[in-house]
Amino acid sequence: MSPTATPARRQLPLPPVAASPFPYNACSLLSVQDLTLDALSHVLARATALENQDPLERTRILAKRRIALLFYESSTRTRTSFELAAKSLGADTTLVSSLSSSIEKGESLKDTGLTLRALGAEAIILRHNSSGAAWLLERETRLPVLNAGDGMHEHPTQALLDLRTILAHLRPGVEAVSAETLAGITVAIVGDILHSRVARSNMLLLPRLGARVLLCGPTALLPELAAAAGPGIAIERNFESALRQSQVVMMLRIQAERLAGMQLDLEEYKAAYQLTGQRLAAFAPNAIVLHPGPIIRGLELTAGVADGPQSVILEQVRNGVAIRMAVVERALTAGAGKGGRA
Amino acid sequence: MTALVIRGGHLIDPAAGVDALKDILLKDGRVAEIAAPGKLKAVNGAEVLDATGLTVAPGLVDIHVHLREPGQTHKETIATGTAAAAAGGFTAVAAMPNTTPPNDSPEITRWMQAAERGAVVRVFPIAAATRGLKGETLNDYAALKSAGAVAVTDDGHPILKDNVMREVLSAAARVGMSVIQHAEDTRLTQGASMNLGSMSFMLGLRGMPHEAESNLVERDIRLVTELRDSRVHLHVAHTSTAAALAAVRQARRSGLRVTCEVAPHHFLLTEEHVGFYDTNAKMNPPLRSAADRDAMIEAILDGVVDAIATDHAPHAVHEKEVEFDNAPNGITGLETALGLSLRWLHKEWKLPLGRVLSLLSAQPAALLGMKGRGTLAVGSFADVVVFDPNAEWTYRAREGKSKAHNSPFDGWTMQGKIRWTISEGRISFTSSLPE
Repeated sequence: MSPTATPARRQLPLPPVAASPFPYNACSLLSVQDLTLDALSHVLARATALENQDPLERTRILAKRRIALLFYESSTRTRTSFELAAKSLGADTTLVSSLSSSIEKGESLKDTGLTLRALGAEAIILRHNSSGAAWLLERETRLPVLNAGDGMHEHPTQALLDLRTILAHLRPGVEAVSAETLAGITVAIVGDILHSRVARSNMLLLPRLGARVLLCGPTALLPELAAAAGPGIAIERNFESALRQSQVVMMLRIQAERLAGMQLDLEEYKAAYQLTGQRLAAFAPNAIVLHPGPIIRGLELTAGVADGPQSVILEQVRNGVAIRMAVVERALTAGAGKGGRA
Repeated sequence: MTALVIRGGHLIDPAAGVDALKDILLKDGRVAEIAAPGKLKAVNGAEVLDATGLTVAPGLVDIHVHLREPGQTHKETIATGTAAAAAGGFTAVAAMPNTTPPNDSPEITRWMQAAERGAVVRVFPIAAATRGLKGETLNDYAALKSAGAVAVTDDGHPILKDNVMREVLSAAARVGMSVIQHAEDTRLTQGASMNLGSMSFMLGLRGMPHEAESNLVERDIRLVTELRDSRVHLHVAHTSTAAALAAVRQARRSGLRVTCEVAPHHFLLTEEHVGFYDTNAKMNPPLRSAADRDAMIEAILDGVVDAIATDHAPHAVHEKEVEFDNAPNGITGLETALGLSLRWLHKEWKLPLGRVLSLLSAQPAALLGMKGRGTLAVGSFADVVVFDPNAEWTYRAREGKSKAHNSPFDGWTMQGKIRWTISEGRISFTSSLPE
């Protein structure tokens, strides 16, 4: 980063960086990195088991336990699926959103969290527009916190449901995951990587299972330094070349709300990066197409692709409920880590 | 005023070239006499401080602190900020003008120095370079100087317009004042809260590129070059990037009067210390890359850096217990600067004690023309710090004298335990006796 830095002439002892104290609560899910491969396998297995369980029996798992959904940003899929997941397990849920609460009057995240805890919330599901908000809330409340998206940082349950979707198509029948489960698989993540928490969670998660992640987009939305984010990540600016190499194509929305004054020529963008039926047929006829939603038809992908046979977008949404049942159960199951009353 | 004798200590006064066992007599706020142990003449009636086994040095000088008064007294006051300074061995601090209202007038400059503020060490106001820190209209530097201001700056509101900065440099030079620039091209740092790099990318935080600092330093040096006036003094505040240091180094080779300071956090910490959104690792300029940190160390060791300054920036606890991008910039520094400098610069990196002390006293005092400070030559102000250079201790932010506790060094091992701080002949800090 600093071309003019003088190379150190001497070998000097330097102050250490303290180990992260997070997560304070072993039942939290702040980042995809909070889950070991064993814990990940367990979550995936519980998602399947819970999905197949008798609905009435399932409501006894967390009967009358209290879960708060704290949403500082609008959401359709994540909020609804978390709520349905918690209710499917019998929990009582309450939704607090930044509009229609004391947050509007200036109550801080810390105070809001402490208030929810005092009201009896045993876990908080947080969606927030600031990166790192879930870490702050966890430190201040010490409750299990489920990160439902923090700013431009992470969206771990999205990455988990994406993984479940990918496994169902490319590794059907796989129960437990390992460092080789996705060996040989290339996942292209395309579009507004810079502002995407979905991209970050996926690029941290998928390479741990052996997948190669190819990031694709224009420099303004995909800075060169993203390639240094972790192992198994590379940048391919040419969309068609990225498609040709990939078995999974994950398209992202341009996050107009986070562009912060950035000027983007949308016609140019579409010409280079829109996933059209033609491109898909020509360069990735067998790939599955994912999108975390909300999709903007006619921008990052065409309506034909969204509704076409390679699209698994609605499957992702369905998987969201199963995955979220598993992580909500884990959050309220004492001594988690591996978690679950299997 | 009573007289004080400091007896049996090891006097290190880099500016005077003294490094020996000496007794010192302080009288009427000045250094009255220095003599070999037991050889002082006029000690009748003087209070005696036994400094056997301790180091006696000129009181430390911090040319970059935020005392928050007037206007932000929930963060710090001149009384609490100078108490923290005394606890850290400082006897003179230069206070930045980003107060509420900003210090852009002789009235506020005088108000800050009034006895009613309760300062326990000397406060030197640094006045705003432009009215209201807005970067447009110059203040009356002659009037500010006669009110006691030692330099001008717009600090956190860097002067971006070339013509305004040129006028500021030249107007300050005419009255013999230094211009301090917080070098940040704010057009490149909108909404940013840490250093730009793979770390900021992974944390999903907007980053400040190092060019935002170095571009402005280079621009300022170009203006100084063009002015061709040897009275112009540009001082670069809290230098944090290798590129900015390189520019200062080059300017100095060209014979320009361009100086720089480095804060302890920039020679000790990197962006890695942000961890998972530790707001006590958020400041501006931000913690940089390891290569930048290494460049700060090198530049201190090889003498390019003119001073260590803390950028002491207190904030209330609740102000820092928020989302990282919403948290205010800054950390405290007065109570940790000596302990960290001795622990790392001296003990680990072998910078001689005299040079460490010079970077913390003689050199910063000279930079801003604080006459009679930063040395203990006879006739100088009786500003003294007495400390045990070998004692190790653990810093606990909550036990400090500052109103604020926002320090990334909480729990760190410090070296050098301060026994007394004496400001103009008065004891302004005394530690409890060692067990």
